[in-house]
Amino acid sequence: MNLRHRLWISTGAALLAFGCSGDPEPQPAEPAPQQAPAPAEQAPEVDPFTTVARVLRHPRCLNCHPAGDRPRVGDDARIHPQNVQRGPENHGMPGLHCATCHQPANQPLAGVPGAPHWGLAPRSMAWEGLDDHALAEALKDRAKNGDRSLEQLLEHVSHDALVLWGWDPGPGREAVPVAHDAFVAAFRAWIEGGAASPPAKQ
Amino acid sequence: MAEYEFELNGAATQVTAEPGTPMLWVLRDTLGLTGTKYGCGRALCGACTIHLEGQAVRACALPVEFAQGKRLRTIEGLEDERVGKAVVDAWIAGDVVQCGWCQPGQCMSAAALLAEVPQPDDAAIDAGMAGNLCRCGAYPRIRRAIHRAADALAQEGK
Repeated sequence: MNLRHRLWISTGAALLAFGCSGDPEPQPAEPAPQQAPAPAEQAPEVDPFTTVARVLRHPRCLNCHPAGDRPRVGDDARIHPQNVQRGPENHGMPGLHCATCHQPANQPLAGVPGAPHWGLAPRSMAWEGLDDHALAEALKDRAKNGDRSLEQLLEHVSHDALVLWGWDPGPGREAVPVAHDAFVAAFRAWIEGGAASPPAKQ
Repeated sequence: MAEYEFELNGAATQVTAEPGTPMLWVLRDTLGLTGTKYGCGRALCGACTIHLEGQAVRACALPVEFAQGKRLRTIEGLEDERVGKAVVDAWIAGDVVQCGWCQPGQCMSAAALLAEVPQPDDAAIDAGMAGNLCRCGAYPRIRRAIHRAADALAQEGK
């Protein structure tokens, strides 16, 4: 039972209780007239995928899911300096791999971010420029998502060290502004709700 | 402070250092190997490049604990292995060095590149060496020296 149903039932129960105790006129069987909705009812329910998409589009995620072969850096998502490129295995070019500078943990002294298996997402996982519909479709497409089921995707976003880095990016970088627990909950709710894709833009 | 052990230029090495200390300072200050240069301290210039398990890494952004149990090589030991020797020889033959500050890092990156790509074309050299800056602008000589080293190694292999 969702919040809207709970509020509707409790509002109805309160009205019935008031009618039984104080109103001498018989009450019609039909539902009581609508009263001004409670504030919680006025707030539109957020589609869980909206929360998911907000996270995936944050620079902490999107910078390494580029549409091309150049990763981006910083909160302003500028092109990675030093002509850093994807390379044949998504971990940089021979002689200049991602691990040349990025270690398995943040390096605050040097200001260099780091996490295990630092690298770009494969080209099939490019999210840059996708609207919500295309982003949802790309997430679900096993030909694009690393052959993961929805449950495996949930596991990935829940525990993968490089994903979790987005919430602990070290000094000078904004962490993903949605709590990780809330992100995982939204991801789970999206899956349990059928993993529908938002409508495509016309 | 903590104890760390690693192989450095082929020799078993032990150091005592604070966790988090950049390998650059362990090499220069603790071990006296000043061939590895401090440039920017932020992994932006490549002057401090060394090899970790044969891969180029920036020593300024490599905390000492990540070297534990690993195999490291610095410019002082580069000529002890085949590709590194070819690189140093090519650098000398091509008179690459101007001020010299960036050159240890350039040589280390060049050797790492050639170990992966024995005959790199200009594009592969530019991509693999893009993180090593040279304020003297010796890039054309660096590129020629890498080609020279690649050719020398190919001749050796015949």
